[in-house]
Amino acid sequence: MSDLKKISIDGEVIEVDGAMTILQACEAAGVEVPRFCYHERLSIAGNCRMCLVEVKGGPPKPAASCAMQVRDLRPGPEGQPPEVFTNTPMVKKAREGVMEFLLINHPLDCPICDQGGECDLQDQAMAYGVDFSRYREPKRAAVDMDLGPLVGTCMTRCISCTRCVRFITEVAGVPEMGQTGRGEDSEITNYLAQTLTSELQGNIVDLCPVGALTSKPYAFTARPWELKKTETIDVMDGLGSNIRVDVRGREVMRILPRNHDGVNEEWLADRSRFVWDGLRRQRLDKPYIRRDGKLAPATWTEAFEAIAAAAKGKTVSGLVGDLASTESAFALKSLVESLGGVVESRLNGAMLPADNRAAYAGTATIEDLETADRILLVGVDPRSEAPVLNARIRKAWLNGATVGRIGARNDLTYDVHHAGEGKAALKDVLEMKNPEENHDLNTVVVVGQGALARADGLSILAMVQEICARTQSGLLILHTAASRVGALDLGCVAEGGVPEALKADVVFNLGADEGDIPAGPFVVYQGSHGDRGAHRADVILPGAAWTEESGIFVNTEGRPQMANRCGFPPGDARENWAILRALSATLGQTLPFDSLSALRAKMFEAVPHLGQIDEVPVNEGPALPAGDIDDAAFIAPVVDHYLTNPIQRASTVMAELSRLKADREAQPMAAE
Amino acid sequence: MLRDEDRIFQNIYGMKDRTLKGAQARGLWDDTAGLLARGRDWIIDEMKKSGLRGRGGAGFPTGLKWSFMPKESDGRPHYLVVNADESEPATCKDREIMRHDPHTLIEGCVVAGFAMGAHAAYIYIRGEFIREREALQSAIDECYDAGLLGPDAHGWGFDVYLHHGAGAYICGEETALLESLEGKKGMPRLKPPFPANTGLYGCPTTVNNVESIAVAPTILRRGGEWFAGFGRNNNAGTKLFGLTGHINTPCVVEEAMSIPMRELIEKHGGGVRGGWKNLKAVIPGGASCPIIPASQCEDAIMDYDGMRELKSSFGTACAIVIDQQTDVIKAVWRLAKFFKHESCGQCTPCREGTGWMMRVMDRLVTGDAEIEEIDMLLDVTKQVEGHTICALGDAAAWPIQGLIRHYRGEIEDRIKAKKTGRISAAVAAE
Repeated sequence: MSDLKKISIDGEVIEVDGAMTILQACEAAGVEVPRFCYHERLSIAGNCRMCLVEVKGGPPKPAASCAMQVRDLRPGPEGQPPEVFTNTPMVKKAREGVMEFLLINHPLDCPICDQGGECDLQDQAMAYGVDFSRYREPKRAAVDMDLGPLVGTCMTRCISCTRCVRFITEVAGVPEMGQTGRGEDSEITNYLAQTLTSELQGNIVDLCPVGALTSKPYAFTARPWELKKTETIDVMDGLGSNIRVDVRGREVMRILPRNHDGVNEEWLADRSRFVWDGLRRQRLDKPYIRRDGKLAPATWTEAFEAIAAAAKGKTVSGLVGDLASTESAFALKSLVESLGGVVESRLNGAMLPADNRAAYAGTATIEDLETADRILLVGVDPRSEAPVLNARIRKAWLNGATVGRIGARNDLTYDVHHAGEGKAALKDVLEMKNPEENHDLNTVVVVGQGALARADGLSILAMVQEICARTQSGLLILHTAASRVGALDLGCVAEGGVPEALKADVVFNLGADEGDIPAGPFVVYQGSHGDRGAHRADVILPGAAWTEESGIFVNTEGRPQMANRCGFPPGDARENWAILRALSATLGQTLPFDSLSALRAKMFEAVPHLGQIDEVPVNEGPALPAGDIDDAAFIAPVVDHYLTNPIQRASTVMAELSRLKADREAQPMAAE
Repeated sequence: MLRDEDRIFQNIYGMKDRTLKGAQARGLWDDTAGLLARGRDWIIDEMKKSGLRGRGGAGFPTGLKWSFMPKESDGRPHYLVVNADESEPATCKDREIMRHDPHTLIEGCVVAGFAMGAHAAYIYIRGEFIREREALQSAIDECYDAGLLGPDAHGWGFDVYLHHGAGAYICGEETALLESLEGKKGMPRLKPPFPANTGLYGCPTTVNNVESIAVAPTILRRGGEWFAGFGRNNNAGTKLFGLTGHINTPCVVEEAMSIPMRELIEKHGGGVRGGWKNLKAVIPGGASCPIIPASQCEDAIMDYDGMRELKSSFGTACAIVIDQQTDVIKAVWRLAKFFKHESCGQCTPCREGTGWMMRVMDRLVTGDAEIEEIDMLLDVTKQVEGHTICALGDAAAWPIQGLIRHYRGEIEDRIKAKKTGRISAAVAAE
């Protein structure tokens, strides 16, 4: 910020960084400038011309404030700060003119447009336009394109701001859209009439300032003013993207991203955005008890008594599923431990040590990736495990970072130096010459479950830690489950892992659906969806899904974030901590809290940093001991990233996306 | 009238030998290395002294433009780009240079490139210019064979690349040309940054018109003062003029600047078809220049300032002469249609405005409009003008503004005639 410049905006002199655009300077001065094509996180196009302002001393025509840097402005004759005006007749006329041009070929079908009520064009026409039209000629119409099951199109409404093109090209890194033709007849189209393949495509719906690109699953279902908006956290991956859930009545109508520079910027992956229909299907809405091999509906009392009968004098254990909040995990742990059992959360077999936060939550933050000069990916496929994080890495790459990778070879939308697939490559990196060359650079190593969820995972992690120590790199552990870091913070680990936990007579399964529980133990399944875990259950306790209760989730970098309740669980389903609290009374081990706040107080007592919402604690811990690594490649088992949890598996939209992806991959390439 | 020995383009009609040998016989390529040896500053000073203004239409002083290039390279190469995308309707002066006198241009590239520290020039030639490209390319090949271009030429080292456009008018806009040259869609860039700082491939670049470059070697040989001796102050030099339309002998001719329009038309164009009295209007320098009615043509001076005084523009100096038999509204409608077709579609006012203006013009041609719509159209042109990324929006607005300024009565008469079914007395009298 050395290049500070004074600028006068509407008579008020402020000092801003010379690299800022006039539009940004106006925002800093609290002056609103209308815009359509400009977007903070995309390149500058300067094509909508809505942001015109008057620059004194410049040419006698208004300047596009989104594209003009403050340092390019000429000072006054005696060195006065350059003067910019946003409220002169010239600016007003220019805005009215541009607005009129935008509207002459816009269909004005607001009553049937999904964007109605949250439309930039509508709002700005009200604020900066005129209330009549002089256009007597026929309006233009455009042919719609098929962008796939997520993004609906109505291209007649398009104002050619090219935000979608820039997002798909720059952020998503899949240049599948573009502008063809010229003049009036130019159109935004998809490449060769193919559907979009990006896993971030839903964001273009948010970016579209008009109703040209709309959300297909949400189409015609609600109006923005009838929705109740709740700010919460996404749990579809370990990133903890900040979201807003819009609810009408009891039903979630849509999910939108919120801005959080440290986590997801303002993007959201499709599998998080379009998952809401999974919250309506396959829901467990009453308790069930298995009688004669069949699950039969029951009351809460019957279910609790059945559990009490089965658990009497038996060994117990608990499993913490991928979507469990820290509160429910804490309640489960308290209950199971009071019964003398253990709780395990590392369902994928990555035996991370719960007493060493530096080893399971890493030492780097997601934001560190953005400024990184070098990034090393070990056993991780960020594009499918955390698409928004992948966009962050791509951003760093666009800014000049080099990315190395050990593991799978799939396309990550940016150039990757592929060092190898396993141990040998990792060893080469470890033994590189002059590791101190990296000391002046920002370097981050990202380790994924492909390297950790295996028998020698800790040895691999030890070697990675060694690399980080030699090169002074940050370590980011990419978890795929939203609950994992929080559960590890709470110490939900058992000596011997999941197999050991399953040796108990009674297993309390808190939404663990990603593995099979062998015949033998009596299984109590508590969760929201009738998925794999429920099929194996002897007693089912219907719990709230994550949008239906308040809970703290700790994301992959170790940042606790508060998810808020957006609606109520269906039928007899209850909040998860409350179920465990009620069950504890039946089991004779009443938990010492009667409210969520009391639970949290206890939990913060045990793990203080969970109470520091939205702060990433500095993690320190001893280096792990080195060990043997076998030669297998660091590649995670193939998982369909649209179907990683019960909510996604209940969603028809996700099923469709998964099918389309499989179809695309099955198609031979032209050269084959 | 310009004396023959003062003509820079000695072979503009292709009557003489256009090969390297012929060009050298006419004095081109004479001690080019010697010109370069006098240094960059001398060349730029001499160009500034000559008063040469850009011949592409905007009339920016060429020497000044060259001096904007960084003095020292910061590691990036410098480029000279020659705008040979001559697509302005009725303008065909550069075409004559390229097909008949290509060595003026190539030698100009070398001296201009040297003056701006460039080792390479890209000539972006219009897609429709097939024969011109062949002529220019064979001239470039000759120069390479003769060692006049290439890594060691003139102790400086210079390459010239000829790039063939695809025929879009907008690619004649300097930044759209650079985009197109880079292989992208020809859409103008935002300025700043200006090409002198961030141009072709992000490197310092100067984009010049063919004629501006082609006159440079002769100016340097004969001295800036010689060139400045022609024309009025601030409008110096000789210039290729073009004459098309309703004249007896359409031509391209090199003349001194500030020649009276009537003299130009009568002496070189063989007079207006049907005599001077039959003149209705002149569009002085390409489609974007506002029309000048006959009453003002009598004393009009063909140079930058002369045309500006008449609220028109000198442009490329290739005039379209329009006689009394012409439907001037329809003529301007045709220009509106051209600009609508050539708008790149990037920014809103031009994309939407050119179509709107053309459609209103459609109805003005038939008289199927309201009187109030004339003012509305004028207002729309003002809404386009100055609000766009490049000058195409302005170019589309000006001819219509010119039409309304000078022929409002005619438009009104047509509307009234359509409404009443009777022609007005004024029209009947004509």
